[in-house]
Amino acid sequence: MKALTIVALALALSACGVTRGDDSQDIAMWIPNSPGGGYDQTGRAAVGVIEGEQIIDGTMEVTNILGAGGSVALTRLMGEEGNDHLLMTVGLGVVGSAYSFALDYKLTDATPIAQLIEDQEGVLVPADSPFKTIDDLVAAWEDDPGGVVIGGGSSPGGPDHLFPMQLAEAVGVEPSELRYVPYDGGGPLTTALLGNKIQVGFSGLGEFEGQIAAGELRVLAVSGEERLTGESVKDIPTLTESGIDLVFTNWRGILAPPGISDERRDELIAYVEEMHGTPEWEAALEKNGWIDEFKTGDEFGDFLEDQDARVASTLEEVGLL
Amino acid sequence: MGDLDLLWGGLQAAVTPENLMYAAIGVLLGTFVGVLPGIGPAMAVALLLPVTFGLEPTSAFIMFAGIYYGGMYGGSTTSILLNTPGESASVMTALEGNKMAKAGRAAQALATAAIGSFIAGTIGTLLVALFAPMLADVAVDIGAPSYVAIIVLALVMTSTVLGSSRLRGLVALFLGLSIGLVGLDLNTGQPRLSFGVPQLVDRLDIVVVAVGIFALGEAMWVAAHLRRNPLQIIPVGRPWMGREDWRRSWKPWLRGTAVGFPFGAIPAGGAEIPTFLSYVTERKLARDQGEFGKGAIEGVAGPEAANNASAAGMFVPLLALGVPVTATASVMLAALEGYGIQPGPQLMTEQSDLVWTLLASLLIGNTLLLVLNLPLAPLWAKLLQIPRPQLYAGILFFACLGAYSVNLDPFDIALLLAFGLLGLAMRRFGLPVLPLILGVILGPILETKLREALAISDGAYSSLLGEPLAVVVYVILALALVLRLVLARVRPAGFEPDDIDVRDEEKVNR
Repeated sequence: MKALTIVALALALSACGVTRGDDSQDIAMWIPNSPGGGYDQTGRAAVGVIEGEQIIDGTMEVTNILGAGGSVALTRLMGEEGNDHLLMTVGLGVVGSAYSFALDYKLTDATPIAQLIEDQEGVLVPADSPFKTIDDLVAAWEDDPGGVVIGGGSSPGGPDHLFPMQLAEAVGVEPSELRYVPYDGGGPLTTALLGNKIQVGFSGLGEFEGQIAAGELRVLAVSGEERLTGESVKDIPTLTESGIDLVFTNWRGILAPPGISDERRDELIAYVEEMHGTPEWEAALEKNGWIDEFKTGDEFGDFLEDQDARVASTLEEVGLL
Repeated sequence: MGDLDLLWGGLQAAVTPENLMYAAIGVLLGTFVGVLPGIGPAMAVALLLPVTFGLEPTSAFIMFAGIYYGGMYGGSTTSILLNTPGESASVMTALEGNKMAKAGRAAQALATAAIGSFIAGTIGTLLVALFAPMLADVAVDIGAPSYVAIIVLALVMTSTVLGSSRLRGLVALFLGLSIGLVGLDLNTGQPRLSFGVPQLVDRLDIVVVAVGIFALGEAMWVAAHLRRNPLQIIPVGRPWMGREDWRRSWKPWLRGTAVGFPFGAIPAGGAEIPTFLSYVTERKLARDQGEFGKGAIEGVAGPEAANNASAAGMFVPLLALGVPVTATASVMLAALEGYGIQPGPQLMTEQSDLVWTLLASLLIGNTLLLVLNLPLAPLWAKLLQIPRPQLYAGILFFACLGAYSVNLDPFDIALLLAFGLLGLAMRRFGLPVLPLILGVILGPILETKLREALAISDGAYSSLLGEPLAVVVYVILALALVLRLVLARVRPAGFEPDDIDVRDEEKVNR
């Protein structure tokens, strides 16, 4: 029983978070999804570099706040008005969730610090699929939009849902007629593709590396401006190369709570800029296959406005708003 | 078999005194963290993973395997002793296990759980070693229609646990199904029954529901009757399993393994359905059905074996496809990648040394668990000698700590208390607890799979019969129902097994 109590106390203490005075250099980093997910990888990579390179004097503590596609974390961030020792990792999915859950806030209501990365999406098919190029898929869609069963790893409003909708729109197919099946993340999507339960999958490619390298899944196209560089994915054409005028990227960045002083905002931006300049960050980009797309402050704020409008119009298009 | 030779080679390389020590430390740490209510194996592994960093891969694997099995067993321990399951897979264990503990048979319940886990884990690991790539190929063909069929079968089987009052049983079942509806509708992205509370959007955690209804509900029930009823003294039982316990346990162990492994091996299978199926099977087969609900050892042996067999089966999609099917598997996937293993179709051929070392480590961790925990069972059982008021205070404390530590959100404690009150009300009005828990577990899986099947087929119901396995399950179901009707004609109105009906307990208490 004693040992039990000790373990419990240790847990309780470690869970307590940092109590800090105003002169503290410590910064908390909130991650709006579970350990191992995309936000988590990006946020922890950034924290790792900032701590490792001693860009700030204090420590950074990472907390995963789960719930409602990031809405829980975003709501709590809005409640931390004026807390200038707090950052949160966000991304395209959180923009969609803010709409799906009818939050009173948008990401632009917080303080934009920086966009860190971009992540491409890919169009995946099983090895024996009749679709050899993206044009084959487009032709099938034009023939009968509801006749192709497609799926993605996110619920409506998330990146894997927005991507096929915007792709359909770009090739002149009515997005609301697509037959989209949502899966709970990359794992179930993989098995659905391998078992030929759905015909086409839309997702970031990180979780599919093994299957792509083994030739069990093929990628018809990637969604970024330029091709990916990894060994097994460098021959995949982009959508624009295939003559489709669409660049779609999932992006991730950092917000601070609303109502912090301009000086502190600039200070936080300076930390992130310094982090961005290190070779360690470059190595993290390389390792994860992320695209280096860095913008800070107001520029990031404008980008958020633009993303917000784009997500809203897509959701309206497919009748979800 | 060449594969067995490879496994044997892995074992020989792995068994050194130093590695055994790491395994022992892993098992102990895993068990200690796993006994905290609300902390299941996934959390235990995630919390303790950093301990293994810096060790060379073989030692790290072995310690990791120890933590994993220790964490799982820790969850069963609290289910049995304190009625607070640490994860959904040990909910079924709590049913009979806690009743056994209250009858002074905690040591036997813990022992049958440990031995059953060991046997199931060993058989499961060997099956993974021999057949993983083959099983993975078969498993991806099992799609939504087959799941729907299996869950329909499970729901029909819940009729056997509705209790002495059908009406009360059904009320509890539908209450559970409604609780299961709370949260995000995956297909449309809309929140349901969340009343604008963002924390409710992500579906209620089955562990919070179970701990609230089982442990808090019971603590409040006992507290409400403290003055009227003198406290029952928990008798001090014998410390070891007797001949009779062995005789009654070995078949459930094997049946549980047979049920659990396939569910672990199919993607998105998990341990909830097989532990439940094992429980109802044992209940059906039990010679003395009246004992079920009052602490039947079969009801611990079967589900525990099913739980561990499915945990071993989980390595099939994890290693062969790189697909994590449970929360524990996701944590494990991250851990394996940390050790330089890239799970996926090529793993078995390209990194076979590491795979055999990993599988050998699992066997070693599993064995150490048995060696360390079997002697500890009587000691754990002594925990129940703590006077009731203090014991229940401790349970409340740990249950709240567990609920809070997952998300660090006070809301979860409020939720826990709300379910505690529901548990109290159910005891007061004689509603059986089990159907409610089943509704919470089975409802969401049925909904997700049904809607996935219909989304794929664009609403054509015929697709529900579109997979061979689905057809087979429905045929079995139809035969079973027909058989039951025929038997009912032949035999006079039969004996209805009494249930885990809190009213029984109430009668005993008075």
